[in-house]
Amino acid sequence: MKLKFWGVRGSIPSPGEKTVRYGGNTTCLEVRTDANELIILDGGTGIFPLAQTLLKELPVKAHIFNTHSHWDHIQGLPFFVPIFIPGNTITLYAAFDPISGEGPERIVNVQLQYSFFPVREAEMKSHFDYVALMPLEAISIGEAKVMPIMLNHPVVNLGYRIDCNGKSIFFTGDHEPHFNIYDSSDEGYAEYQTLIEEQRASIVEAIRGVDVIVADSAYTIEEYPGKKGWGHGTFDSCIQLAKDAGAKVLFCTHHEPTRSDDDLEKVFAEALARQADIIDGLDIRLAREGDEITL
Amino acid sequence: MTESSSELTKKLSEAVEKMPAFPKSVQRILELSREINCPPKELVMVIEKDPVMTMKLLRILNSAYYSFPKQITSVNQSVVYLGLNTIKNMALSFAAMGSLPPHNAAGFDVQQYLMHSLTTASIARAVCMKYSHDDTDPADCYIAGLLHDFGKVVFAQFMAEEFKEALERSAAESIPLHVAEQQIIGTDHTVVGGMLVEKWQFPKQLTDNIRNHHSEILPKNTVQSCLFVANQISKKLALGNAGNPVAEEIPPVLQEHLGADLEGIIVGLGDISKLTSEARVFAQVGKGD
Repeated sequence: MKLKFWGVRGSIPSPGEKTVRYGGNTTCLEVRTDANELIILDGGTGIFPLAQTLLKELPVKAHIFNTHSHWDHIQGLPFFVPIFIPGNTITLYAAFDPISGEGPERIVNVQLQYSFFPVREAEMKSHFDYVALMPLEAISIGEAKVMPIMLNHPVVNLGYRIDCNGKSIFFTGDHEPHFNIYDSSDEGYAEYQTLIEEQRASIVEAIRGVDVIVADSAYTIEEYPGKKGWGHGTFDSCIQLAKDAGAKVLFCTHHEPTRSDDDLEKVFAEALARQADIIDGLDIRLAREGDEITL
Repeated sequence: MTESSSELTKKLSEAVEKMPAFPKSVQRILELSREINCPPKELVMVIEKDPVMTMKLLRILNSAYYSFPKQITSVNQSVVYLGLNTIKNMALSFAAMGSLPPHNAAGFDVQQYLMHSLTTASIARAVCMKYSHDDTDPADCYIAGLLHDFGKVVFAQFMAEEFKEALERSAAESIPLHVAEQQIIGTDHTVVGGMLVEKWQFPKQLTDNIRNHHSEILPKNTVQSCLFVANQISKKLALGNAGNPVAEEIPPVLQEHLGADLEGIIVGLGDISKLTSEARVFAQVGKGD
């Protein structure tokens, strides 16, 4: 299995000289199974350069798994050129949205309206399907299995574990470790703490033994208190998750749009130093646009 | 009742989706949703005091779209599983439907109903914490208390004429309301409440507790015992009014199960004014009501 990063930036595309090394595109990961089936994790702006490479291998059969419907994870979808080419088969997988009562089709419907985008949904020429996912019910893509896992973000967010012939990758999408909404002196504190611990344990159980984790490490621990509840993790929380799951490699992603490459490396090094005692053999890297890894 | 039970369930279930929530929670949700840093626990407190919002939330969370590791029975669980912002926006969509009017064609006082449901819920939780001999979760007793009479508010909204007649007969003849409902409607609020939550795939225990809260069969579990006792205490102390003038006796087996009789439990609970004053503010009923 192969994994390639096409977009590692959070929130908004951030091109410029200060982000040129790690890249300014928003979230998009390309996964190739051993049989070369194409799985795309999220359609942030990184999906546009990915799309250019696919034009050489028509007809395209792509399985796009969307972690959640925030802009930085969907904005590139209308520019995923294969959707307009007859003969291509594209499937978009995502969670059911409890507020609108709609599934993945809404992600496309909302964007392909004439005042926002010149081409209407009806004018897409590829064969385009939607699949609404249920947590912990795996989807088979050839020999690979993709397992959606419910995480914690201001909108329903599914992380995806991909297993193929004994190798595995887990991508969180956007995720903030659960925190107790009560003060320790409140009546509801203990009950809520139990619920959180059960939920954390079920996440760790679902990703146990995974080879590679790609996780949302938007913030430093200094920044986090001011951003609590915004739905993102820290470098430190990602290291903890990777250790708990027994992963071999951790890629930190969802880099803050205002963070320069130099600052990114600085805060990353500080987190590694702070967590030196628990790292113990875990290979931790910053996700970088264009990097790829073969498992 | 001429309709088959599945037709009735379908009709009432669709009607409940459009049912507005209670005025105080609608007002508080609208206020809280304007605060970008809305305190999460306040949001939970508002939703878990409103039977309509709680019912709708649990309906979506227990639906086939989410296969959570266990069925959802509390608002706190829903926040942990789906995230605070999603729950906030769901509550906002419920609030957008307006508020239940205090007066309806059945003459059923929904504020007094809410007061009865809230006090039953709080007392059931308190009884569980003090008298339970097993590991029953007090939160399960709270939710059973909050939702046990939901069928009545459904009747008041959607079968107003028949329900009005049942309320009047129950008062005039001093018979339990569910008996009057059976005579006039052909079914009662325990059956309708149970049918709805069963259709919405609520946990079986909660469905059973709603369905059996007037059952002749003695309660089989701690939640059922706590609910039964709390329901009678709420009626006996006139903490709200859900239209039933009859407080039932506590069966001896249940007294044995909890290790106390009704008077003993009332004394044992101590000062319940905190529970009732919170409920009173939320239900917007005056002290003298």
